[in-house]
Amino acid sequence: MKPSYRNFNLTNQTLDRRDFIKGVGATGALILAANWTWAQEEERKYGGEGMPGGTVEDPKVFVRINEDGTVAITCARSEMGQGIRTSLALVVADELEADWDLCRVEQAFGDQDLYGNQDTDGSRSMRHWFMPMRRCGAAARAILEQAAADQWKVAVSEVRASRHKVVHQKSGREIGYGELAESAAKTPVPSDEAIKLKSPEDFRYIGQEQTLNIDGMDMISGRATYGADLRFDDMHFAVVARPPVFGSVVESFDSSEALKVNGVVKVIEIEGKKAPSEFHPLGGIAVVATNTWAAIKGREALKIQWSASENDGYDSTTYRQAMEKAAQNPGKLIRNVGDVDQALAQAESKFSATYYMPHIAHAPMEPPAAIALFKDGFLEIWAPSQAPQVTRQRVAERVGLPLEKTRVNVTLLGGGFGRKSKPDFVIEAAELAQQFPGRAIQVQWTREDDIHHDYLHTVSAERLEAGFDAEGNATSWLHRSVAPTILGIFAPDQVHQAGFELGMGFNNAPFDIPNMRMENPGIPVHVRVGWFRSVSNIPRAFAVQSFISELADEAGEDHKEFYLKLLGKNRQIDPREMTDDWNHGENPKLYPVDTGRLRKVVDTATREAGWGKKLPKGRGMGLAAHYSFVTYVAAVLEVEVLDGGTLIIHNANMAVDCGPQINPDRIRSQMEGSCVMGIGLATTGEISFAGGKAQQSNFHDYQVPRIPLAPKKIAIHLVDPGKGVELGGVGEPGVPPVAPALCNAIFAATGKRIRELPIRDQLG
Amino acid sequence: MHSITLNGQVYELDVPDDMPLLWAIRDVLGFTGTKFGCGISQCGACTMHLEGMPIRSCSTPVSAATGKNVTTIEGIGDDPVGRQVQKAWVDVGVAQCGYCQCGQVMSATALLQRIPKPDDEAIEGFMSGNICRCGTYNRIKTAIHQAASKLEEE
Ligand code: FES
Ligand code: FES
Repeated sequence: MKPSYRNFNLTNQTLDRRDFIKGVGATGALILAANWTWAQEEERKYGGEGMPGGTVEDPKVFVRINEDGTVAITCARSEMGQGIRTSLALVVADELEADWDLCRVEQAFGDQDLYGNQDTDGSRSMRHWFMPMRRCGAAARAILEQAAADQWKVAVSEVRASRHKVVHQKSGREIGYGELAESAAKTPVPSDEAIKLKSPEDFRYIGQEQTLNIDGMDMISGRATYGADLRFDDMHFAVVARPPVFGSVVESFDSSEALKVNGVVKVIEIEGKKAPSEFHPLGGIAVVATNTWAAIKGREALKIQWSASENDGYDSTTYRQAMEKAAQNPGKLIRNVGDVDQALAQAESKFSATYYMPHIAHAPMEPPAAIALFKDGFLEIWAPSQAPQVTRQRVAERVGLPLEKTRVNVTLLGGGFGRKSKPDFVIEAAELAQQFPGRAIQVQWTREDDIHHDYLHTVSAERLEAGFDAEGNATSWLHRSVAPTILGIFAPDQVHQAGFELGMGFNNAPFDIPNMRMENPGIPVHVRVGWFRSVSNIPRAFAVQSFISELADEAGEDHKEFYLKLLGKNRQIDPREMTDDWNHGENPKLYPVDTGRLRKVVDTATREAGWGKKLPKGRGMGLAAHYSFVTYVAAVLEVEVLDGGTLIIHNANMAVDCGPQINPDRIRSQMEGSCVMGIGLATTGEISFAGGKAQQSNFHDYQVPRIPLAPKKIAIHLVDPGKGVELGGVGEPGVPPVAPALCNAIFAATGKRIRELPIRDQLG
Repeated sequence: MHSITLNGQVYELDVPDDMPLLWAIRDVLGFTGTKFGCGISQCGACTMHLEGMPIRSCSTPVSAATGKNVTTIEGIGDDPVGRQVQKAWVDVGVAQCGYCQCGQVMSATALLQRIPKPDDEAIEGFMSGNICRCGTYNRIKTAIHQAASKLEEE
């Protein structure tokens, strides 16, 4: 049978350079996991070069000139709503002097040796790939100029590429890119010196106000291809019954009733892996059927005996008590400046508070799904993956195929938020496909599967204490952070947080306080904790920014002025001085923590919001600011709480300094989305556990914001970063300040202080 | 055997009566524009029009559509309102990941077919069954207003 497939609109890279591939590369995520102890300074690489696989800027990998005049640009990062397929292509197109209307985007498959690092996470795609893609576009432009000059037998210095053609001014000759396609393909890639970047005032797409989305029309006409959207002849569909408690395994099962369901084809056990289970499937029983509905019905008819698990006792109420108790006592010392104990003992006044935030689930609109086809010894996969190269490596290892016998094509992601960095769901499809040679198998997670078996955002207790002298100056700051660590999925017995978790608004708090101590008391992990958009920055910003609002209130001062006073004079702090050796992977010399930039976003957001103006009764304004992913964001929310506790969010003003702005419209849209997501996790986001089982299952009990809860107005203010500033992240840094700004606004409106998320019925 | 008219074409479906329309159309007929988000009428990703009424196809059995007209996102561009809604969606840059947007467009089209000039409150009321996890709600409102104005001009 020759499988034909339909509905695949996302053109994938067809270029196949397997022959040139060096040895089999190792692995993104393990290296990431090992990164909590960094290599020595002299061998340390930063930015894109510090990632596994580094960056690649070869125009013959990323650009193809077609004879019909179109230009195909390859995107090696995954599209999950941040607009990267458009934004990176715009960068290439601009340097290439291509016309956007004639540009097409092809999606790279997972291949780190060919494309460099493909981990679409950490708000890194534009930050790490802006310059490589510029150089790539400029090199392709140089190739076209050379090809034209060769054809006309003139010096290359006499020709110039402009708007999709090359021009020889002296003779008035010009030639379109399409006509140069054939000779350009034979023209060698120019040397580094021959590549000339455009001067920024000549940019046509970079940094311009434009609303473009290469997939825009496909997305709203049903043509776009997501993880579950390919259709093959005679394909099968599977759902999997997974252990109700993490760590539990199948003891026995009876599939006889399931097999009676009309359409069910086969029932297959998938092996789990004992913790630390990394990116492996949880294991369980798969029901394979001729359609998804039959598979779901079949699964309902399964009888499975699950084993006991060491996590059977995981209970959110008692766990919270344990965390809050741990936060009362000293823990692993992370940062220590001056003498906090002495300063607290001598303080004129002291204040402390503990903030709690539960697990939350990513719940991307598209639940995990993937399609695999094993044919003639070759395994091909189509998956909404944030890390196709890691996925490929893990799949190959797990099914026992050499890397070159596998291929992972990337579909659009119906939201990722960190969930789809982990390929457990793709491995399920791969394993099942192996049992059905020649037939495509789709694994579909239901929403219940997604909520029950997520790699959850951690749960946390953050305790803060501050002391003041007689003049009201802060003299001491003690912060203890207790939260199960992501390291738990990689290594056993992990109780302390990794450097990349600590460096998210904890040890790198840039306050001008003479005595500061940060501690991390330990706590064991009982579930799969993973990266959730903005990660540990969320609970840190919630705690720290709420605490500062509380301190200001205690002192009877304006929150904004009080916060700026804590920030102190404008200064650039080397993150290593704050024991943050991680610094989001960036060079501390290029990316110091700049309190002046933080001040500026606070000034902008408060000014635009009309901070300090008189508001009608029942309304209040709240501020929060946070530095994360080397970007500075401040949010001011204006809320109203009605009798009975209904919350209306009237205005959100967010000021963002993310360094140079490459595609302003998509920066704004990411911030708008971050605002809504932040409001959601603050108001209703909670996954709780009892008897080791997640208590929520779908959108009726794991509620995410709907349109009435969105701010009536969101205004995003992009702050001029000034000269000589490097690119910052965009996808994540908008989320952290939203929850505390909301809670501070609620306090301003009602006097009710929220120290525990979600807010849910605390206003009623 | 169920016979349904999907975007103007008649299809015969040999599936159990209780199979939700969503799965019949996605898996059996192979039109995957309509998305699965929750399966329990909570998210609106699966919105289709059944005889012009917006329905949640994840919770509507095939039997309810037998002999009837079903419009999905693949066909909504043939409707003048649907076409204007799509156009506004692109102009405003509503979509982020896009996964919810087929459902949003189907709901927005149904809204404008009923209330040609909705105010914010009407939009919030009608669209509150459609979740967007990317948080594109403000642009959805803007786009609906824009489509409404354009339709008025027509
Ligand atoms: S999938 Fe039908 S409403 Fe969510
Ligand atoms: S655009 Fe991603 S869920 Fe709406």
